[in-house]
Amino acid sequence: MDTSEDILQQASPDLIRGSDTARAAKAARLSPSFISWLQAGPMMLVFLVFFLIPLVFVVIVSFWDYNEYQLLPAFSGRGYTDTFEGCIAQLPDLCTIGRTYLKTLKLCFLVWAITLFIGFWVAYFLAFHVKSKTWQMGLSLLCTIPFWTSNVIRMIAWIPLLGRNGLVNSGLMKTGLINHPVEWLLFSEFSVVLALVHLFTFFMVVPIFNSMVRIDKSLIEAAYDAGATGFQTLVNVIIPLAKPGIVIGSIFVITIVMGDFITIGVMGGQQIAAAGKIIETRVNALQFPAAAANAVILLAITFLIITMMSRIVDIKKEL
Amino acid sequence: MATPAALELVAVTKRYDTTLAVDNVNLKIPAGTYCCLLGPSGCGKTSTLRMIAGHEAVSEGDIILGAQNVTDLEPAKRGTAMMFQSYALFPHLSVLDNVAFALKMRGVDRPTRHKRAGELLELVAMSQYAGRLPAQLSGGQQQRVALARALITEPQILLLDEPLSALDPFLRVKMRGELKRLQRELGISFIQVTHGQEEAMALADHIVVMNQGRIEQQGAARDIFHHPRTEFVARFIGGHNVLSDAGSLIAVRADQLGIVPFADGAFGAPALLTQTEYQGSYIAVSLTLDDGTALFSHVPEATFDVHPLRPGDRVLATWDPAKAQRLQ
Repeated sequence: MDTSEDILQQASPDLIRGSDTARAAKAARLSPSFISWLQAGPMMLVFLVFFLIPLVFVVIVSFWDYNEYQLLPAFSGRGYTDTFEGCIAQLPDLCTIGRTYLKTLKLCFLVWAITLFIGFWVAYFLAFHVKSKTWQMGLSLLCTIPFWTSNVIRMIAWIPLLGRNGLVNSGLMKTGLINHPVEWLLFSEFSVVLALVHLFTFFMVVPIFNSMVRIDKSLIEAAYDAGATGFQTLVNVIIPLAKPGIVIGSIFVITIVMGDFITIGVMGGQQIAAAGKIIETRVNALQFPAAAANAVILLAITFLIITMMSRIVDIKKEL
Repeated sequence: MATPAALELVAVTKRYDTTLAVDNVNLKIPAGTYCCLLGPSGCGKTSTLRMIAGHEAVSEGDIILGAQNVTDLEPAKRGTAMMFQSYALFPHLSVLDNVAFALKMRGVDRPTRHKRAGELLELVAMSQYAGRLPAQLSGGQQQRVALARALITEPQILLLDEPLSALDPFLRVKMRGELKRLQRELGISFIQVTHGQEEAMALADHIVVMNQGRIEQQGAARDIFHHPRTEFVARFIGGHNVLSDAGSLIAVRADQLGIVPFADGAFGAPALLTQTEYQGSYIAVSLTLDDGTALFSHVPEATFDVHPLRPGDRVLATWDPAKAQRLQ
């Protein structure tokens, strides 16, 4: 900036001399790095106040002591030791917390795998088979329909469909395929996975679609020109280039499912233990340090999964 | 390398819904020819190339390559390879893997295909960039890689879609020379789509001038420049003045249009000199005939200096009727 102005001044001194506005502007000019901090500032402030500070409190509280009716602000590992109570004694059998986390991970894996499969193909269809932008927009909006009602209503709506005397069971009975109503349709792992998949497939579709529309169509032609079959093009060109979207979608789904307790509670008939449910139970029992300790554990595990995923793809580079 | 083969298009037509993109094109390209499809945008040259490549279905007609009718074959089974306008390099693959891509698709094992890809990179002088990603290369380097990638299948014909349009003028001339050298060395046919007449004349053994889905004229560069058949060709190929003479249109080359000071009764078309531009070896003179036709002439410096003229002078434009080309 300055050098160009100097050159300008040398070339035609009259142009700058006497121009008060130019001088004032130069005095008021801020360094570019300061301006970028200023621009990022508001978001940083929001992030700090509403995310980082509460998170620090959670970590602090997780190391407090507690009794039946109050928090005791003194350092203690009870929140953690209570959580893992009896875990070493029961080896090689898993303790409650171990089993709960295993179940959470299993649910999470199932939901992740299914949303990834469905999300990938929906995004593929939208990106490569829908030619007009208008239709792409329209069909993407169609995918948001599940979000037009509240989560609670959507979950309750499953009951008349999947219940003992629900639509599916009565339909199956009428066709004579089964004699007794199928019990595992509702308040089971099946219904939990079904509801979660229904909720979160869209979070998979959007980032994958985003990655896919950015793939130059001539790359697919070039692959075809080189003799690649449709499947080879998918494996060698489309999937590698859609990887950032796949990882981002996976992070969305995994973080949400790992911490979910409402959907698992309602659709599991309050019978399925999950990491989120432990925290809820502790909070309801006013055992805040234990709840906080569990939150920290959950955060650590989720963070670990995401770190592993980021190893596969350098997201910062891809954005 | 591959055996060169002749290409023949027989009454090839391409329709998109109701519009006719390519209209009954007949074309014979002998083996080992550098052919340029030349025309303005929307003239059907790219559609023609894409039909030869197999990326566009032929509505009517046949495409014959060597002894085989390839009209309905897949691109990779035809013996053609295409180099795309934007190069279409795979951004996630290294230069070496980009070049080896077609062999990987055929199931060739890694050492063999990497060895072969290395040879082709050497051919285009890109060996030292084998490990880079396409994004780390300049436009000209990307083009060489795209060229190597297209050649790895040993095509009988290489199809190039505006290969030089993304390069800056200096690099364009340089790459032009390399394309021509490569074509000579490989002995196969190159068919190139371009909208630059200069590029076509510099490169092609055979130029096909297209307009509105039809072939306006085809032949050697000299033929076309010396004998433009239609007004469109004369104007598009450049270097020609189109003017009406005794009720019909004629083309007079800019370097064969003479200018003399106005004199009553002398032979020539009266005109007003509007501008002179010094171009080194010649002076580019613009003039307007009394009927409004704009003409230009390239007058050699020495000739111009005999009686220098200025803008605003009345002049006579003269030409040798024997050298003027009568247009259809």
